[in-house]
Amino acid sequence: MKKWVLILGATSAIAHGVARAFAKKGFNLYLAGRDLDELERRSLDLSIRYGVEVKHGKFDADNIETHEKFLSEVLIETTLFTGVVLAVGYMGDQIEARNFPNAGKVIQTNFVGPVSILSRCANLLEDQGEGFIVGISSVAGDRGRQSNYVYGAAKGGLSLYLQGLRNRLQPSGVQVLTVKPGFVDTAMTYGLPGLFLVATPDYVGERIVNGLEKKHDVIYTPWFWRYIMLIIRSIPEKIFKKLKL
Amino acid sequence: MKEQKMQSKIVKLESWNRYPKQNCTLYRPERYSELHPQGASSIARGSGLSYGDAALNENANVILTERINRILNFDERKGIITVEAGITLEEILDVIVPNGWFLPVTPGTQFITLGGAVAADVHGKNHHHDGSISQFIVKLELITPKGVIICSVAENSDIFWATIGGMGLTGIIGEVTINLRSIESAYVSVTHRGAENLDALFRLFSDTSLDDQYSVAWIDCMSSGSSLGRGVYMSGHHAMLDEVDNSEKREPFKSKIKSNSSIPFDFPRMALNSLSVKAFNAYYYRVNSNKKTPFLSDYKEYFYPLDSVNNWNRMYGKNGFLQYQCVIPELMAQEGIRNILEKVSSSKQSSFLAVLKRMGAEGAGMLSFPMAGYTLALDLKMNNKSVFTLLNELDEIVVRNGGKVYLAKDARLSRESFLTMYPRSEEWAAIKQQIDPDNILSSSLSRRLGIGATA
Repeated sequence: MKKWVLILGATSAIAHGVARAFAKKGFNLYLAGRDLDELERRSLDLSIRYGVEVKHGKFDADNIETHEKFLSEVLIETTLFTGVVLAVGYMGDQIEARNFPNAGKVIQTNFVGPVSILSRCANLLEDQGEGFIVGISSVAGDRGRQSNYVYGAAKGGLSLYLQGLRNRLQPSGVQVLTVKPGFVDTAMTYGLPGLFLVATPDYVGERIVNGLEKKHDVIYTPWFWRYIMLIIRSIPEKIFKKLKL
Repeated sequence: MKEQKMQSKIVKLESWNRYPKQNCTLYRPERYSELHPQGASSIARGSGLSYGDAALNENANVILTERINRILNFDERKGIITVEAGITLEEILDVIVPNGWFLPVTPGTQFITLGGAVAADVHGKNHHHDGSISQFIVKLELITPKGVIICSVAENSDIFWATIGGMGLTGIIGEVTINLRSIESAYVSVTHRGAENLDALFRLFSDTSLDDQYSVAWIDCMSSGSSLGRGVYMSGHHAMLDEVDNSEKREPFKSKIKSNSSIPFDFPRMALNSLSVKAFNAYYYRVNSNKKTPFLSDYKEYFYPLDSVNNWNRMYGKNGFLQYQCVIPELMAQEGIRNILEKVSSSKQSSFLAVLKRMGAEGAGMLSFPMAGYTLALDLKMNNKSVFTLLNELDEIVVRNGGKVYLAKDARLSRESFLTMYPRSEEWAAIKQQIDPDNILSSSLSRRLGIGATA
């Protein structure tokens, strides 16, 4: 039986790295996102390079009313899928996000939408009694900082959600992997000042597939971000609130 | 839609030869719909492996195509592939070779993008038989300031032939469809023959009984006098199944080359002096001039010998080097190339690599480099201004003999020489005027040579 992986938010650079890593392992892929032309290009490429079956369809994380119908369409195409990778993300402008309508959008895309679709996926996989959920969160969710706390709050919420899901799905044999990327070389970070040791999307993809195989629960990528965030989390709030981070 | 505006960064940019270095604003689209010119002046840049300023745009925009690299169709039965132009030749080979196909034309590195290959109308060691890459292009998708133009030999053919060899100045090459070459194995059957001087080398090239699908010669630029132009003539063809050993027959398309060595740091200025080059050349000649019986070579080893040494450009130090590649028409070739080699050998400039190839009939690309004759390429270390003086003298020899200099390898040609060498540039400018009247597609190269400007 061929195994399918559903990738949500498949036009991002990280999602493409993940898709390549799964395709190399022989998984079939269902790429979901908003930009159908782009999804078609990526589908063709992955199937030609890696000889796997790749399908694609329209998915809008923000538009939660469509999620039920979207999943039933995926199931028609794939019969069932083994795993789901949530790679939806939207950083937004953090100055604009000081005003609520803009902050709401960031929370919708990075938290509400993901919870809507992952809840449905989790129920399916739980019934199935096997599979995995990979949620791409962010190191920004580990501590609130003035430079991106709205994005960070949404990602932090997502991390907590994934943590609870992992606990709930443990008995049914469904694996939940939380991924916290540091700096990755994507359109989101391109040209930003102050970046160091930037990882490629392909590297992140390999790390995720590897993390699943090793049954990890939470991975930071590159790995040293675990320690950077350990330090950042351990700074007392009295001091932290005065820092310009 | 909440698409974020494409971000950019300003970088001191250089190409493979590390000269010149110029401030450019880089954009890196990740979606095909984002691949279009930016601002008042833009040039596309693939792998940045040209030598000089073709993929630089000083104080203006450079569009990196590296993430626009998808394979959109591969007809394994007919050998036709459609790709986005930011894909490298290496990525194409990885997919096609296991299926019994090869690139119809390939230059000496597999790391360039197909878009760059089309923009420079690249040639390979088979130009004397098959012509340049343009002979194999089924169609192109060109992204211009006025929109997308599909072009081919039959459709928008004037735009097609302005784009072939057009150095990216007619638009951003988005998608390319090419015909592939059928092969029976991933191996090349190679024969080496030593030639004690230039006359002997030309005799080998013109001996039809020695001719093969591919041919190229390496020349020792340090030799002079009666051994001027001493070299090794290397011919080869894709090995047929009955030419490969039994052990390889089981997996004839499996390439064995894996690991790469690397030049991890810039060589100090003194490392490549005339003594070390002389010693290397003498060694190379001795080892390679006596392989007269055909031997099998992995295709990567044969076509891309320098690709296995990462960053070989660092051998020349941080100041970089200049590559000079010219072509001289058939009748004048032997004399012209002799004059060039004499000039180089009598100068104090040490040339590490010199390569001689035969070229066949010229194509229809208006700014294409190849023409029937012989092409010589040499690398010259950037040590002082005298290298520019030497190259100006070489330009005179090339012009006198009716030849031209390869724009993809150029960092210093003058506008006057360009106009003489590329007589169809006026015709090209007329087409440029139609599709890009505001000269948005422009580069440091196009400004230096005034490509597209009417005289």
